[in-house]
Amino acid sequence: MENRNRWSNLYLALVFIVLYAPIFYLMYYSFNSGGTMHEFEGFTLDHYREVVQDTRLIIIVINTLVIALLSSAIATIIAVIGALAIQHVRSRRAKNTLLSLNNVLIVSPDVIIGASFLILFTIAGVQLGFSSVLLSHIAFSVPIAVLMILPHLEEMSPTLTDAARDLGATRRDVLTKVILPVIRPGIFSGFFMALTYSLDDFAVTFFVTGNGYSTLSVEIYSRARQGVSLSINALSTLIFLFTVLLVVGYYFLTVKKAKKPSAELTAEAGVPR
Amino acid sequence: MTSKAKQVYLIPYYLWIALFVIAPVLLILYYSLFDLNGELTLSNYADFFTPVYLKMTLSSFWYAFLITVFSLLVAYPAAWLLTRTKHKQLWLLLIILPTWINLLLKTYAFIGIFGTFGPVNSILDVLGIGEKQILFTGFSFVFVSVYIFIPFMILPIFSALEDLNPTLLSAARDLGASGWTTFRRVVFPLTVSGVRSGCMAVFIPALSLFMITRLIAGNRVITLGTAIEQHFLVTQDWGMGSTVAVFLIVVMALVMVLAGGRKGARHGK
Amino acid sequence: MKQLVNAFVAVMIAAFALMYLGSWMNKSEGYSGGNTLTIYNWGDYIDPELLTQFQKETGITVIYQTFDSNEAMLTKIEQGGTNFDLVVPSDYAIAKMKEENLLLPLDHSKLPNLSHIDPRFMNLSFDEGNRYSVPYFWGTVGIVYNPGLTHGLTFKSWNDLWDSRLKNNILLLDGAREVMGMSLNSLHYSLNDTSEEHLQEALKKLNALSPNVKAIVGDEIKMLLANEEAAVGLVWSGDAAEIMDENDKLNYVVPEEGSNVWADNLVIPRSAANVEGAYKFINFMLRPEVAAQNTEYVGYSTPNKDALALLPEDISGDERFYPPKAITDKLEVYGNLGKRMLAHYNELFLKFKMNND
Repeated sequence: MENRNRWSNLYLALVFIVLYAPIFYLMYYSFNSGGTMHEFEGFTLDHYREVVQDTRLIIIVINTLVIALLSSAIATIIAVIGALAIQHVRSRRAKNTLLSLNNVLIVSPDVIIGASFLILFTIAGVQLGFSSVLLSHIAFSVPIAVLMILPHLEEMSPTLTDAARDLGATRRDVLTKVILPVIRPGIFSGFFMALTYSLDDFAVTFFVTGNGYSTLSVEIYSRARQGVSLSINALSTLIFLFTVLLVVGYYFLTVKKAKKPSAELTAEAGVPR
Repeated sequence: MTSKAKQVYLIPYYLWIALFVIAPVLLILYYSLFDLNGELTLSNYADFFTPVYLKMTLSSFWYAFLITVFSLLVAYPAAWLLTRTKHKQLWLLLIILPTWINLLLKTYAFIGIFGTFGPVNSILDVLGIGEKQILFTGFSFVFVSVYIFIPFMILPIFSALEDLNPTLLSAARDLGASGWTTFRRVVFPLTVSGVRSGCMAVFIPALSLFMITRLIAGNRVITLGTAIEQHFLVTQDWGMGSTVAVFLIVVMALVMVLAGGRKGARHGK
Repeated sequence: MKQLVNAFVAVMIAAFALMYLGSWMNKSEGYSGGNTLTIYNWGDYIDPELLTQFQKETGITVIYQTFDSNEAMLTKIEQGGTNFDLVVPSDYAIAKMKEENLLLPLDHSKLPNLSHIDPRFMNLSFDEGNRYSVPYFWGTVGIVYNPGLTHGLTFKSWNDLWDSRLKNNILLLDGAREVMGMSLNSLHYSLNDTSEEHLQEALKKLNALSPNVKAIVGDEIKMLLANEEAAVGLVWSGDAAEIMDENDKLNYVVPEEGSNVWADNLVIPRSAANVEGAYKFINFMLRPEVAAQNTEYVGYSTPNKDALALLPEDISGDERFYPPKAITDKLEVYGNLGKRMLAHYNELFLKFKMNND
């Protein structure tokens, strides 16, 4: 048993090392005075100074965060509705059709989504900029969130809702007191997936943005033409450390608070609260 | 009255489908019917069924398959082990966290790591294996793709494993099932929905990868996604690009129907 | 349920707080409202100090937005919905924008500094009489190589690339015109050749190059060559200058059979909101001192003859980037081949790529 534990820890450690290797590589070179991600010449904080002085870059980071948070929150709400809709459909064929429609945006390459959204927005007369970017991010985050929520809904025993209704619960009560708590882990993973998609997206944003509005990945892609400048590494390091702090801090704070009724905590296991 | 109320709250989702799914698909279908001179024709579809595109389709499917299989092989045990850790939610978050760092930057880091003078080659050198070309090979392409998709595979599997009732496991063990039998007969069937959404979240986007085919594989791997990107952004032959896209959408629908059909049969039993 | 609501509220509060912070920063930097000029340019293709100087002189705040390929830029402008005041497309893209009536004709009387431009770069085939465009930078397509690793090959001829000693050691730029053009040039054909026989011959010759090709890549070619991942690369001269800046062991050469000469130009799109500001900016960039400073920052070749005179000898006298007439005479601009032919070039290039695995 002891031995087995060691092997499984080793496996997990390996997964984490690989996942973080490129990030640590980026971080390491953000201190390089040599100016490239190739040979480490000496330690410097110059690239960090550049980041702090570049107000445009900071505005872009803020734009990126605003879009990511807003779009994933709204997309998750739509996705909950979508998952319920798919669940409600009785006939298998209709369900498959709905699911296929749902997945079209996941399968379509970003370039196509971007181009077709661009045409749509120009037809509809939406000004390119914040609103068009927000709308598209909501649009392409919905299906992945639905996919994250749906399994939880399907695994939920139908007797549960029937029982609740038999006990006199209204439709609203069934939703808020029975369904939502059960699918909560799915909702959180859906939200995080949406956040991930939004933060990572380049192609779609590139097409639908305009009038001076930009997000971080678009900025990085266009700066990359001249070779990635190490100030971008420095910025990523800062963002990375900030998120790690936020995530770890938040986690331990909530764990501490919930320490007393620990039985409840394990029972309600969901992705972070 | 209740059925009407039901419909009302579903509106946002159907609106989303109409505006951002059906409308773009119709647009793509429409564009795929025009050639470069703006004439209505089916020639794009004829062009698609030529050796160049068929070969490309085959290699896209082969690589997407490899990427999905390897992601699953790595992700399933990882997800399983994660559910056994002390602070599992925290660890899970730490799995997702790397995806929040810009993909292009990580790809550049991989170019450095796999490069001729990069750390991996230095390690190989020290081990006495000697320098190898890692960058611009099928291996590095699959490796980096799996790297990108791993969190998308782990997350749904983790959720499914979390929903697993632990008493089932002890019951199976009490009834004398070995570890492997428990896994095969109890754990895996109950988590198959998670595996399915994971595979879907990996296989389908893997078909249309583009950036890293150039950055990591140096255009030695050409996928359907690369072709679409080229047609939309370089050749500006939107007709041909849309045709490839229509093909991808049809394939996706087929995959969905097949997956759904199998599941229906299982439930029917 | 309560947790869900709490989480949602927290996310919304965070988002709106950030939004407020963002708009406050935008305002304090002058990016929103009032007197602004939106420039749509390649990434890092202007000295940012000049933008500040322009802002100080005229009071116009510059918003700098970037694209990474002519085609992406074209798609954006064609669709409308944007109001860029100034764009920097390459030669063939200008021909296309002209055809689609996307450009504003220039009033030369508002651009007195146009006289500083070398006449060699005026009146080029893509825009005769410079009715729509003002030259910004120019360059060639050629070969960057590492003399220590090429077994004495110096690439006076394109055909040196086919030498079997360069196995798996060449990086190519991911561009149909550039790669097909190289192959056509190596066969002593024009890089605008449209004869099917010649094109098939060029494809056949390219396929013979496959064993030597390590990868076909984009902008990262600069980093890869500077890091000595490969001995030889087919690149634009502007990239070559940057590569050699990073790694002085490397050298650049334009083979004698001829090659491509390209130019990036300033144009005002029809949808421009601040046309007067755009004129002011073009005139500002044409000033010899400004152009000279910009050339030193960007490192590409300037078409501004009076700026060239202000630059130090090691820049202006470098024949690799300011080649003598004997070589410039053999250089060709990529002609507008028409959609069909261009698609054919791309198809042949795709066949070559598919053959390369």
